[in-house]
Amino acid sequence: MTGADSASQEFRAGVLALAPLLVGVIPFGMIYGALALANGLSPAAALAMSTILFAGSAQFLFCQLLGVGAPATVIVAEVGLLNLRHALYSAALAPRIAHLPRRWKLVLAYLLTDEAFAAISQREAAGKAGPQRRWFYLGAGLALWGGWQLSTAAGVVLGARLPAHWPLDFALPLTFIAIIAPLIRSRAMLATAAVSGIVALLAAGLPFKLGLLAAALAGMAAGWWLAEARR
Amino acid sequence: MSVWWIMLACGVVTFAIRLSFIAAEGRLTFPYWFRTLLPFVPVAALTAQVIPELLMPQGALWLSFNNSRLVAGLIAIAIAVQTRSVLWTLVGGFAALALLNGSAPP
Repeated sequence: MTGADSASQEFRAGVLALAPLLVGVIPFGMIYGALALANGLSPAAALAMSTILFAGSAQFLFCQLLGVGAPATVIVAEVGLLNLRHALYSAALAPRIAHLPRRWKLVLAYLLTDEAFAAISQREAAGKAGPQRRWFYLGAGLALWGGWQLSTAAGVVLGARLPAHWPLDFALPLTFIAIIAPLIRSRAMLATAAVSGIVALLAAGLPFKLGLLAAALAGMAAGWWLAEARR
Repeated sequence: MSVWWIMLACGVVTFAIRLSFIAAEGRLTFPYWFRTLLPFVPVAALTAQVIPELLMPQGALWLSFNNSRLVAGLIAIAIAVQTRSVLWTLVGGFAALALLNGSAPP
């Protein structure tokens, strides 16, 4: 097999690994587009945000904060906090792409989302990643990027014509459930989920989505502690 | 401040976060505890977003079979654990919520 063959095969495998997640991403993108217009963004700004930010739940938060007249500094700080989890994805991906040229690192960093990271970590965990794995990463990242842009555009076009009683926002928890379930293969991982969920409920009242950060840190600590205790 | 500037600032911050460790790799060495903590990140970060959506759909704790998001979420979790299929989890979860709410599926 030549390098070019396996590169295109890896790329296709990446697109296919990401494809089922689009069932959740597309409704979420549509409702984002409608929400952006409802909170006073122009169609151009709503579309541009999907490229500039490219982070679904953060784009949601941006629109909600804009709608309630939050100051710019608060919006930027909250979006940063919500997206902090990507730093940890970045840390997990870093050693695997350390040898790549800078342009690859920049592109793969830009495409690093919950969904792409889920597809990548499942592939890595299954031991299927080969020397051309960068193309798998690119395929998964670009499949999500394309799906997000198209569904956002659909939401902007349909706007207020999307029936309000359709629970499209339920796509976010469903997508995350589908990502999480295969990752829970140990008691330590189960403890992580349990503690993270409980702390998220207890800390839901904290401002600036700080509860989310507290819950994630507590869950990680619980799982890590349990795993270390068994070593 | 124009909404475009806020958006650009958010974009720069998000990209910097995503690039952070990828750019630092090789220049920094990370301690053992940090490296062993990383596998727990996705489950911890995503569960923290899911659980309040199911148990606090309107902002307050709602532990009841009348909470259709909770019931549909539990059904989706059961499907996800059984099938490990993203597609069936999403389809099943949406169908469950639609049936419970008695509305047209999205």
